[in-house]
Amino acid sequence: MAILVVAEHDNSDLKDATHKAVTAAAAMGGEVDVLVAGKGVKDVSAAAAKISGVRKVIACDHVSLTRQLAESMEEVIVPLMEGYDAILAPDTTTHKNYMPRVAAKLDVQQISSITGVESADTFVRPIYAGNAMATVQSTDAKKVITVRTTAFNAAEEGGSASVETIADPSGPFKSEYVGEELSKSDRPELTAAKIVISGGRGMGSGENFKLIEGIADKLGAAMGASRAAVDAGFVPNDWQVGQTGKAVAPALYIAVGISGAIQHLAGMKDSKVIAAINKDEEAPIFQVADYGLVADLFKALPEFEAELAKVGY
Amino acid sequence: MKVLVPVKRVLDYNVKARVKSDQSGVDLANVKMSMNPFDEISVEQAVKMKESGAATEAVVVSIGPAKAQETIRTGLAMGMDRGIHVTTDEDLEPLAVAKILKAICDEEAPELVILGKQAIDNDYGATGGMLAALMGWPIGSAANSIEQSGSDLTVVKEVDGGLQTVKLQTPAIVTTDLRLNEPRYASLPNIMKAKKKPIDAKTPSDYGVDTTPRLKTLKVTEPEARKAGIKVEDAAQLVDKLKNEAGVI
Repeated sequence: MAILVVAEHDNSDLKDATHKAVTAAAAMGGEVDVLVAGKGVKDVSAAAAKISGVRKVIACDHVSLTRQLAESMEEVIVPLMEGYDAILAPDTTTHKNYMPRVAAKLDVQQISSITGVESADTFVRPIYAGNAMATVQSTDAKKVITVRTTAFNAAEEGGSASVETIADPSGPFKSEYVGEELSKSDRPELTAAKIVISGGRGMGSGENFKLIEGIADKLGAAMGASRAAVDAGFVPNDWQVGQTGKAVAPALYIAVGISGAIQHLAGMKDSKVIAAINKDEEAPIFQVADYGLVADLFKALPEFEAELAKVGY
Repeated sequence: MKVLVPVKRVLDYNVKARVKSDQSGVDLANVKMSMNPFDEISVEQAVKMKESGAATEAVVVSIGPAKAQETIRTGLAMGMDRGIHVTTDEDLEPLAVAKILKAICDEEAPELVILGKQAIDNDYGATGGMLAALMGWPIGSAANSIEQSGSDLTVVKEVDGGLQTVKLQTPAIVTTDLRLNEPRYASLPNIMKAKKKPIDAKTPSDYGVDTTPRLKTLKVTEPEARKAGIKVEDAAQLVDKLKNEAGVI
C-alpha cells in the first residue's frame, strides 16, 4: 500500500502537523510519501525528507500553490492519486478547503478528522462535537482522510528521503488569492503551544483579555477563546477553541470565565491537565477540570499572575 | 443572481448527544431538532443579498426525512422564496448529498450556492467542497464576508492565523463561518406567510443518484470520560498544584 501525506507549511517552514499526519499514515501500514505543494518550497521539501519513515518527497513549486487554493491542489493531487491507495492531510483550514474536492473527484467519501487508526480501512473519528466516537470502515478503493493532529504523536526526524519535483499545475483557475491579514503575535501557535490560556464570555470584554495576556506572557502560553467570546466580538475568530474552531491538546489548558459548553469541550478535553477559573461553582467546565478555582476572575487572575511571579515567572 | 442554500436538520445545538446503548449511533428519538447553525448563517446571507438587490431569487433545499420540511419552513420564514425537499430516511453521506445537490444545481442554475462549513452532527465539513468539485466551480470556505463586484465575488475567509481574501468567478460555492452575520429570528407574520410559499417534493431517485453509503459505521461509543479533579482554595494553591503536583509549569 502506498500513502500520500500532504505537508502543512507556510512556504518557509514545515509544520509539526505534517509529522503527526505521517504517524497516522504509518499506522495504516505501507509506504509513506509526502507532497509539498507551495511556492518556494525547497527548504520545506528538504525538511520533509528528514521525517523518519518517509520514502520520498514530491515537491510541486508554483505561484498558483502559494496559498494551496482548492482548484490548484486538485490539479496537483488527483492525477498523483493513480499511484496511491490513500491520502492524508492535517485537518487545518488549508487542507479542509481542498480535501473534500479531491475526495469528490475520486468518487470517495472523505473520512474527516480521524483520531485513531484501527487498520488500513477502519478509523475512529469524533462526531457530535466529540460527544460520540464513531468507528467507520471505508469501502472505497482509495481513502481520503483528514487527521486530527492532536490525537497523534509527531513522527521523529532522522530520515533521508529523496525529493522529486513534479509538473506545475497549469490552470486556468476560477479563484485567485488576493491577500491575507494574519494575526501578528510572538506567542506560540494555538495548536502547537504547550500551555494554552483561554477566556470566555465571563471575560466581559476584549479589553479584559489583557488580564490573560500578562499570564500568557509569563508562561509562554498561546491565547485562546470560547465561541461565546468570539461571537461577542471580544477576540478574533482564529482564537476559537472548540467544535467549530481549533482542537488543542496542550500539556496545560487554563479556561477562564468559560462555562464549558459541549462545543468548547470538544476542542480542549484532550489536554493533559485542565485548570479552570469560574465564579459559577456549577459550571460544566469543572466536570473536566483537574484543578478548579471557584472565584471572580477579575480578582483571581491578578492574584494568579502575582503567584506565578513568586515562583519565578 | 440566483442563490441556492442547502440546509440540514440536526440535533439542536444545545442538546447533548447521547450514544445508544447498542452502539449503533446517537439517540435522536424525542429530542429537539433544529436547523444546523451554520446553515442559518447561510440563509441569513441569502436573505440579506435579496434585500440589498444582489440576489434575485433565494431557494432553500433540504435533503432529509419528512420533518426536514420544518427546517425548510424555517428558511422560508426567514425570507427565502421557495423550497425543495428531497425526502429520504437514510442518513446520507456528504458525497451522496453533494451528488443530489449537483443535480439540483444543473436544473436550477444558481450563480451562488451558500452552505454551512460543517453540519454539527457528523462534523464532516465536506459537502461544500465536494459540490464545488462536482460542478467544477471555485470555492471560498469559511466565509467571514462576501462582497459582489460584477460577476466576481470577493470572499474573506477564516483561516488558521487570521483572514485570507480570495476572488471567485461565479458561479461559485461559498461556505459560511460564524462571524459572517447574525441570523434573524422569523417574525410571526413571516412564519404565517412561509406556510404559503411553495416546496417542491422530490426523492433521491428523481435525480438518479446512487446514495449507497461508502462508510460502514462499525460502532458509536461514548468518548473516554475525563474525571473531575479537585477544587483549589485560591490562586496560590492553583499555582502550587500546577507546579508541584502536575508539573506542567
